[in-house]
Amino acid sequence: MDSEAIARKHEKILAPMTRAGRMFWATVIPLAAIFLWSVFAFGWQYRSGLGETGMGHPVSWAFYLVNFVFFIGISHAGALVSAVLRITRAGWGTPFGRAFDLGRSSRFYWVALHAQFKSPLLWDFTCIMTYFTVSVIFLYVLMVPDIGLLRERFPNRRWLYRPLSLGWTGTEKEWSTIGKAIGILCVAVIPIAVSVHTVVSWVFGMQTQPMWHSTIFAPYFVVGAIYSGIAAIIVVTLALRKVYHLEDYLKPYHFNNMGLLLLTFTLLWAYFTFAEHLTVGYSGGSAEQAVLWSKLTGKYALLFWIMAVLCFVIPFPILIFWRTLPGLLISSICIIVGMWIERYTIIIPSFIEPRLSYVRGDYMPSWVEWSMTAGLAAGFTLAFVIFSKLFPVISIWETEKEEREKESNPR
Amino acid sequence: MYRWGMVIDLDRCTGCQACVVACRQENNVLFAGEDEAKLGRAKFWMNFISEVKGSYPDVRMHFFPIPCMQCDHPPCTKVCPVEATYKNPEGIVAHIYPRCIGVRMCISNCPYTVRYFNWHAPSWPDEYKRGRNPDVYKRRKGVTEKCNFCIQRIRKAKWNAKREKRKLHDGEVIPACAQTCPSEAITFGDLNDPKSRVLKLSKSRRAFRLLDDLGTEPKVYYLKEGEWDDG
Repeated sequence: MDSEAIARKHEKILAPMTRAGRMFWATVIPLAAIFLWSVFAFGWQYRSGLGETGMGHPVSWAFYLVNFVFFIGISHAGALVSAVLRITRAGWGTPFGRAFDLGRSSRFYWVALHAQFKSPLLWDFTCIMTYFTVSVIFLYVLMVPDIGLLRERFPNRRWLYRPLSLGWTGTEKEWSTIGKAIGILCVAVIPIAVSVHTVVSWVFGMQTQPMWHSTIFAPYFVVGAIYSGIAAIIVVTLALRKVYHLEDYLKPYHFNNMGLLLLTFTLLWAYFTFAEHLTVGYSGGSAEQAVLWSKLTGKYALLFWIMAVLCFVIPFPILIFWRTLPGLLISSICIIVGMWIERYTIIIPSFIEPRLSYVRGDYMPSWVEWSMTAGLAAGFTLAFVIFSKLFPVISIWETEKEEREKESNPR
Repeated sequence: MYRWGMVIDLDRCTGCQACVVACRQENNVLFAGEDEAKLGRAKFWMNFISEVKGSYPDVRMHFFPIPCMQCDHPPCTKVCPVEATYKNPEGIVAHIYPRCIGVRMCISNCPYTVRYFNWHAPSWPDEYKRGRNPDVYKRRKGVTEKCNFCIQRIRKAKWNAKREKRKLHDGEVIPACAQTCPSEAITFGDLNDPKSRVLKLSKSRRAFRLLDDLGTEPKVYYLKEGEWDDG
């Protein structure tokens, strides 16, 4: 099939890229405004110092670190899930792949934003940079055949697509090369993605602060990251499906499988959370106990139990008994919010109850921190929307390949 | 080689907090002001902690000055991504202000919470400016700072001794807190000197160290009669 025919066949995937209706601007303009506001807040803070935040003594890390852990979790889970599905040849993953990979497109923006203040350990920085490079290459290589198609399809955007397509014409040799490259990258991206969140957890786990110094922190953080990442992917794909009318490609069957994956991680997360808190409660030292009880019944009890409800009590029954599209949407949104609160209740209480119990302090985020948080979320979404206008959100060549395989061996 | 250490005798301490004031003067530690202090931005290289423990009839008053413990195994130095803080050969945990990038990991990994951050650019009232100590390095906004046993005094004393081709003798160098203490509760000296007062006191049966079970090996010892509990 020539490129023209393929393009006509997958008109629905390509259509959103040509239109920019009122909905598009109604989304982009407020997002851009929030993002620009956060840039202003950042400039303000850059000028007058971190004193513009609510941080102090002993709470020397707060909102920014919560956001750091949370957003890294969401974005890195994308590549991980995508690569695992590819290796295990799970055909139902194809429509999700591109949207997963998108998770990382806005990452550089905030690594650059936070690096100067936040860059925790050198390992962390190294891992994130390695991961960022590899995942961008991964995403890019997966798109090359589609960019080749786009180059033919949109002559007036050739300035963008021609250099990016690397002269892709779709010969036998090119297909075999890209197949190999994808195979290697899939395997490479998994340990790198796992290492990223492992090292993020070690920023806490290697410290002497009570309740951070835990051996299960690395797997706990990796599970939490993938958990929130899958939830984010579901929300994004549901939104894309609705807005861009991709019902033919993203079928309830795909979402049912994603729901099962999410259910697995709901249980994993609950298991880790239970194990972590029970161990501390049963045999932790007095400093650990102080933090634990501030979470269970003390100052952070409200947040802690909201987290438990959002991350487990609500999604668990929904994912078992009501795995429909609205059900998935509700549980995914609950999980995303709940996981943000989880990061918060991991980081802040340990600061409020430090080991030497005489030091007391409190923390309330300032307007700068709220603005930056809103700006990060807006920037994340904005990058997504713009990406979806420049590149197809579903891999055309992979959908095509799958159909051809189905035709050649119908089972 | 010297190995600086400090002994604080809590049985002598009257809680007057002169050490806190003297330290602030000596090291140009900026005061935060009421609003900032409420946000937890007050800096005390030498902090003073007081707490009422228990309730009637079993009430105890805990109070003690707390400088940097100058740990032999400092948890703060190893987490710094740019090696801005390190333990110098004489055992002092020093901080290189120009190299500090302000990630504050050393602050969060200090179990004694005695590291402080410059949340804003320093600004001094005019009356105060002329009283600042010229021997102390200036700290910009966005860097961490901490007690360093008045390293500028140690350096000066060592220069003098070197000129006279001799070693420092016990009690020759003394940090501001120890110098000002009216009840002479703070003793400072070389723990490697077998005849030093600080070594003798550190071996007293009244001696203990804060959070000793963490294995940080602090070089600040406290003396107190009877039981002490960290919590």
